[in-house]
Amino acid sequence: MAMSIIWSALVLCSVLCGAATGQLAAVSAGAMEGAQAAVELCVGMAGALCLWSGVMEVLRRCGALESLRRLLTPALRRLFPAAARDGETVDLLAANVSANLLGLGNAATPLGVRAAERMARGSGGRASDGLCRFVVCNTASLQLVPTTVAAVRSAAGCETPFDILPAVWLTSALALAAGLTACAVLARLWGD
Amino acid sequence: MAQFTAALIPGLLALAALLGPAKGVDIYSALAEGALDRLKVLLRIFPALVGLLTAVYMLRASGLLDAVGQALSPVLHLLGIPQEVVALLVVRPVSGSAALGVGAELIEQYGPDSTIGRTAAVMLGSTETTFYTVAVYFGGAGVKRSRYAIPAALCADLTGFVVAAWAVRVMCN
Repeated sequence: MAMSIIWSALVLCSVLCGAATGQLAAVSAGAMEGAQAAVELCVGMAGALCLWSGVMEVLRRCGALESLRRLLTPALRRLFPAAARDGETVDLLAANVSANLLGLGNAATPLGVRAAERMARGSGGRASDGLCRFVVCNTASLQLVPTTVAAVRSAAGCETPFDILPAVWLTSALALAAGLTACAVLARLWGD
Repeated sequence: MAQFTAALIPGLLALAALLGPAKGVDIYSALAEGALDRLKVLLRIFPALVGLLTAVYMLRASGLLDAVGQALSPVLHLLGIPQEVVALLVVRPVSGSAALGVGAELIEQYGPDSTIGRTAAVMLGSTETTFYTVAVYFGGAGVKRSRYAIPAALCADLTGFVVAAWAVRVMCN
């Protein structure tokens, strides 16, 4: 429903603005061009995305997820001390973060929701500080290889779609740090 | 750094090719299944992208995007964010496919190696669809009072936008 409102607003605004500025011909051309661009984008991205998803599936079956999970567990125990009292919650947390890092978003979400469920038990529907931190971790896209963006770039004819990787890593890391800092500050100010 | 990023993909492919047989994994069928999974996802978002890219291209052609960018340029300038990416800032926390559409249009229009194209790419790659993610996790966990989760997550997004613009200026070119 939200998307319907957004779409209607976008289209109505462009038609009104185009009519006001005498750009209706360009708007009309833009509409056809946009629909065509969607096809080109999807076809252009498909190869890279499918290849990458295949490689990640191979690595997953080789146990990459499991090794990453074991590697991350100690750090996550420190970040979520309350959840760390329950072994299974920590396992789910670590599995969620590992799947996100590998770009396995479809696998990450159900694991994360189960972890959130366990963390919210007995809280009466109130998000604890730990749970807020966990959700913020999930809204800061932590991904070793941001494949979708690389695929969009190569669909646009880029020769080195991965050259933005260091910038993406730095940005993700600082965004996550800012989110966690905001959590720490707001946890004191927000009260209940 | 350029050599490292150039070696990353071949390196990961080699890792898969080495580890697979060593662990007794049927690599070829894993590769094909992973590819099929992704194709299904792509097929699912394709209809949404047709609608969204149509709207975004119309909006660009009508001149409204430029006008909004112009109007907000003092604030954006202060943050070091190019005014052309203004639409991406607005849709990114709300809708993943809309952000993909807006970002792809910017990358196509200005070129993947331009400062604007790169900034859009880094923003797209380093932030998430905040409202959707919060809704899925809290909805699934039965949490009614989200407290400060959304403000804190938006704080992370804003930092991401500012750092993305800065990182592209400093690290690329």
